[in-house]
Amino acid sequence: MALATLVASDETTTPDADLKVRYIFEPTAPGAPDQFVTLLVSVDPARAEVPSLTAGIPAANWHEREMRDLFGIVPLGHPDPRPLVVHDGWPQGVFPLRKSFDGSRRVSIEPAEEFPHLAATGEGVFEIPVGPIHAGIIEPGHFRFTSVGETVLHLDARLFYTHRGLEKRMEGLSPLDAFSIAERICGVCSLAHGLGYCEALEHIAGIDVPPRARLIRSIALELERLYNHVGDIGNMCAGASFHYGTATGLRLKEALQQMNERLAGNRFLRGLVIPGGVRLDLSNDVARDLNTTLEHTLAGLDGLMGRIEANPSIVDRLDDTGILSYQAARDLAVAGVAARASGIDRDARRDHPHGAFADRAPLDFHVVTASAGDAMARMTVRALEARESIRLIGELIRRLEPGSLQTILTDPLPGGRIGISAIESPRGAAVHWLRTDSHGRVDRYHLRSPSYHNWPAVALAGQTAIVPDFPLVNKSFELCYSCTDR
Amino acid sequence: MLRIVLNALRTGVVTTRYPWEPSVPPDRFRGAPVFRAGSRLPPPSVCPTGAISERFDEQGRHVGLDLARCVFCGRCAEHPWQEAVTVGRDFELAARARDDLRIEVVADAPVAAAAPPASDSSADLSAVAVAEAEAGVKAEIRSVLGRSLHLRHLDAGSCNACDWELTALLNPVYDVRRLGIDFVASPRHADGVAITGPVTRNLETAVHRTFEAIPDPRLVIAVGACAASGGMVGEGYASAGGVDRVLPVDVYIPGCPPRPEAIIFGILVALGRLDARRALRTS
Repeated sequence: MALATLVASDETTTPDADLKVRYIFEPTAPGAPDQFVTLLVSVDPARAEVPSLTAGIPAANWHEREMRDLFGIVPLGHPDPRPLVVHDGWPQGVFPLRKSFDGSRRVSIEPAEEFPHLAATGEGVFEIPVGPIHAGIIEPGHFRFTSVGETVLHLDARLFYTHRGLEKRMEGLSPLDAFSIAERICGVCSLAHGLGYCEALEHIAGIDVPPRARLIRSIALELERLYNHVGDIGNMCAGASFHYGTATGLRLKEALQQMNERLAGNRFLRGLVIPGGVRLDLSNDVARDLNTTLEHTLAGLDGLMGRIEANPSIVDRLDDTGILSYQAARDLAVAGVAARASGIDRDARRDHPHGAFADRAPLDFHVVTASAGDAMARMTVRALEARESIRLIGELIRRLEPGSLQTILTDPLPGGRIGISAIESPRGAAVHWLRTDSHGRVDRYHLRSPSYHNWPAVALAGQTAIVPDFPLVNKSFELCYSCTDR
Repeated sequence: MLRIVLNALRTGVVTTRYPWEPSVPPDRFRGAPVFRAGSRLPPPSVCPTGAISERFDEQGRHVGLDLARCVFCGRCAEHPWQEAVTVGRDFELAARARDDLRIEVVADAPVAAAAPPASDSSADLSAVAVAEAEAGVKAEIRSVLGRSLHLRHLDAGSCNACDWELTALLNPVYDVRRLGIDFVASPRHADGVAITGPVTRNLETAVHRTFEAIPDPRLVIAVGACAASGGMVGEGYASAGGVDRVLPVDVYIPGCPPRPEAIIFGILVALGRLDARRALRTS
């Protein structure tokens, strides 16, 4: 069993009149069924405390800190007393995800002391602060290195700069309206997160999505994986100063994003998936266009990987850089490419089937794993998965049969119900949890993105590398800040 | 090494001719919605971001569309409003004034008091003219910098879609360096800042410090719906609800995210270089 997600909720306005913490686990043994097991704890609002699980389950670390910041539920015995989601100057005793808090107004920034970063000390030890504003077009986060020379002793990552309060923002909306927000939690995971939200919502509504719509959803999900993986391989070349690789990766990614725009009307595939199905059909013309684009992508990707693998100066940068051990990856419940490159055989397309993967006629597909856990392994897994996505899209297109695109949802949705889904986004499994209130509106929505579980792994892997290699290590994980911070 | 050179030669030039030649978005592209005056214009509740508003006076019902808030989802053009609203393909929407992005249509009557988007040629030219008449800081930037602009990117809490589109500006297809535009690492080297995101509470201090580190005169470009208006995020406990709540904004670029050509257009609006392009187009 691994921790899939942890959802706190304020149910003081329901007959239960309590706060609840749900620890949601998933079985991870080979061939385990598609299940989630929820441990439900009722918390008295007057004494909001639960025992901390972090010492036994390291993956619970950030979840518990987030619960303390946003709900005021204290994880007793948690090893890290520092705030996580709310930053300097947040007023004491104010918990934004409590129902009594009005989330629509700004909260003033109060004078605050400097954040206590975890740092090593000793003779000759340097602290290197990096961020939150970085020297490039990247998302914001603060990294505090302590090093001796180039050797990293400790790396403390501080995120949640892009915390926008989106989960609070969705509360009280019609689930159909809140979809537009779910689709915009993250740019490069737009389709995966939109789809995950829809599947959780469809779970609540108890409807089946038509087969053609499921196929189109999966085609788009693979297309999202493909443009991300191809772009990420290019970005890793940037981290290793191989500019031909960077330019080629950017060019291939651009061609795929232009394909996205021809398919969905948006370069990030927004507006294709809607609750109940898909909004746009995959016409024969678009399918032909897609096949041609994928042929070019495959040729370009093979060429690029050939140049990378034949170039010892690049391979040397990637080999043994930023190692994440199998055990650490398991302890932190790491997801996606990062987990599979460290030997963990998990893929939500197989383990929690969604889209066309939930069809009765199963799709034959290969979960790619590697064992080294270094940057090279993560690049190789991406390249093999990209090729697998190209093959899968071809197969999914061949399976398209004429049919309807959407099952009409009744608005309002059934009240007091919970929906849960796990989608294999480009960065790994994203777990969506949605609960409707008695009027069928959004009562609580929570997204645990793959990046949320993977960021602590970046800090660990960064400690196996030298300071100048950190950008490369970071790019080899290629995580999102926005879907971590929400 | 030889293979790399051969590959590069085989690939040839992939760079777009935009802005010298127009960019035609694909059929399914969702640009600015076009409101036809008519009784079936959608109610504000249709719009997930609150970009649609309405007010009533003796002329009847006025329906407003705020392009800065719009996320171009296309819901207002769906059944049963498809007769009243069409999804346009115009993406060159950047404007210097927030009000230029507000469009109003009277239901049941022809268009009245409509402020068309900046890309409409006559309106755009007049906007450029007005701004140049200001002869303030921005004109100084243009005279000092000529055809070159170095920007610092500042993520103020975006979903990363706008950020990736800014990255795309540097790819071989858009390659904005050919236009004298570049992104620099330090705000001290920058002439201005391209801000994405609604300005989160946790980044507000960093946004101010970055802005202060840019030498004056400096341009502020709000890229995308969140930066231009708060967009889907709006104002809340964690968000200021748009860049102009904390900094003076020179150019607003609508889009969710704006496609790369739309951002190029916006930067050129900021530089006042579009008049040059029009001369080239008409010649």
